[in-house]
Amino acid sequence: MIVAVASGKGGTGKTTVCASLASVWERPAVAVDLDVEEPNLHLFLRPVVRWREAATLETPVADPARCTLCRKCTDLCQFKAVAVLGKRLAVFPEMCHGCGGCLAVCPEGALGVGSRELGSVEGGETRNGHYLAGRLRVGEAMSPPLQRAVKARLASILSRTGGDALLDCPPGVSCPAVNAVRDAHVILLVAEPTPFGIHDFTLALEAFAPLGKPMGVVINRAGHADSTLTRLCAEKGVPVLLEIPYDREIAREYASGGVLAAMNPRMAARFADLRDALPRLIKEAAHA
Amino acid sequence: MREIVVVSGKGGTGKTSLTAAFADLAGRAVVCDLDVDAADLHLVLTPALERREDFFSGHEAVIDPARCTGCGICATLCRFGAVLPEGGGYRIDPTRCEGCKVCVSLCPEAAVNFPERRCGEWFTGQTRFGTLVHARLTPGAENSGRLVTLLKKEARAIALADGLELVLCDGSPGIGCPVISSLAGANLAVAVTEPTPSGRHDLERLLELCARLRTRACCVLNKCDLNAAEARAIEELCAARDVEVVARLPHDDIVFEAMLRGRAVTELPGAPMATLLKQAWNRLAALSELGRPAPWRP
Ligand code: SF4
Ligand code: SF4
Ligand code: SF4
Ligand code: SF4
Repeated sequence: MIVAVASGKGGTGKTTVCASLASVWERPAVAVDLDVEEPNLHLFLRPVVRWREAATLETPVADPARCTLCRKCTDLCQFKAVAVLGKRLAVFPEMCHGCGGCLAVCPEGALGVGSRELGSVEGGETRNGHYLAGRLRVGEAMSPPLQRAVKARLASILSRTGGDALLDCPPGVSCPAVNAVRDAHVILLVAEPTPFGIHDFTLALEAFAPLGKPMGVVINRAGHADSTLTRLCAEKGVPVLLEIPYDREIAREYASGGVLAAMNPRMAARFADLRDALPRLIKEAAHA
Repeated sequence: MREIVVVSGKGGTGKTSLTAAFADLAGRAVVCDLDVDAADLHLVLTPALERREDFFSGHEAVIDPARCTGCGICATLCRFGAVLPEGGGYRIDPTRCEGCKVCVSLCPEAAVNFPERRCGEWFTGQTRFGTLVHARLTPGAENSGRLVTLLKKEARAIALADGLELVLCDGSPGIGCPVISSLAGANLAVAVTEPTPSGRHDLERLLELCARLRTRACCVLNKCDLNAAEARAIEELCAARDVEVVARLPHDDIVFEAMLRGRAVTELPGAPMATLLKQAWNRLAALSELGRPAPWRP
């Protein structure tokens, strides 16, 4: 089972929910940080990192001796990553999406394969499972290819161990967020009952609903008089699986990098309930 | 013309509430919401719609089943796994297509069309603090960096036309493409952070990005009383990088209250927070007048 923990906006407590789930998980599981721009899961899980490797993207390298400046590659490239400047073909690797199109169309074989470093992928162990994360290089603009590298690693781990995966996804509703939740069996949306939170949650529902996966909601900082979020969930038919109350003690725990489920037995029990609700949600969706 | 961009390594640090307060304090400015992925500023500024435009960015591939012979060349060439087999032929999943044109160029039957991709819409509107430029990205769309660039361009054009000296932006979170676009050409980045391990971690990466882009940065430490040790660590981090902490704002329910009422904190009567924000605003307005910082050396 792959569980994606996502949120319409950042700062809703997505990472601490993901870490908490990981800490109460009973079967072997990989906790994966797919929020490669701001990877924070390790701050909560404190894994022992056993390996780290560079993740790269294939970008073209021009051979001026062979290039006839026919411009077939520059006509194809949609990202302005190759251009003819004066009497020379120039490559801008940082703009390249690695589609391989220019290499495929060059009639002279004038383009070779180079690479751009996207960031790194790292892995190791937590107290009760595996850990995997991507870390975007500062200055690198594209996170989806690094996410793909992390997911490829995850697939190979899962095929070996056959366990579950808990994905800490990037916030928001654009391409990196949708990419991250795409392979999940169930999506857990963490939301806040504030006007901003509700607005962003609505966008998240809109973004993820077309994927047709079962979804559940965790309401964080609950307890303010506003019941709009609960009503909205009922209206949209998305069950609220857990409510984490708004309280200063919890905020402090979070601020010091604590895992909510490890705070006290009461919290641990609530996250265990959340864990048990997930397979039920998947089953119900399959029958519906 | 000056451009001040409020940024934060991660979301939820109070960036939008702070931008709203600064918009109130700035008076004559064009306000721009660059957090296109979770655009929330309009919830506080409640603009009256003036203009609305579609946002197109790039293209998407669409297979014409009438011409496709099902040879599968496109599926082999597509590096993004966007071409999927379907009923003997092929179909393109628009959420995976990067619009790279490879299948379009190399399909032997010219069976792939390549229309422009509509990625969202953008608006301008009048608010009680001046013009707001904001957008709504189609959920799942990419290229928000381009949308950010477009919004900034519009905001600058409006400022120029109206004779205003300042563009104030609510920037995108993270450190990827949209933030890089948010910071491009800005006079000052205001990094909002919280005293938590993730807050510090994200701030560190953000300040490094600012340094690389040679954008002057200052810091607002929000909820500074949440964790004394972390607050100290952030102060040290900023000092080491020569980044001024322009405000230390305590955790105060008034921020939440203001959000619930759709107001800027500075609009609520008698908030002590308002005084701190006023001081912060004066300081960062002054910082934005300085030139670019020295080049970054790793
Ligand atoms: S690989 Fe694709 S994106 Fe990169 S330069 Fe070639 S055509 Fe452009
Ligand atoms: S397609 Fe090949 S030969 Fe033509 S301009 Fe590009 S690199 Fe040069
Ligand atoms: S390459 Fe063209 S003809 Fe072949 S499967 Fe793709 S769309 Fe159809
Ligand atoms: S345009 Fe590129 S990404 Fe889209 S389907 Fe064609 S080859 Fe794949």
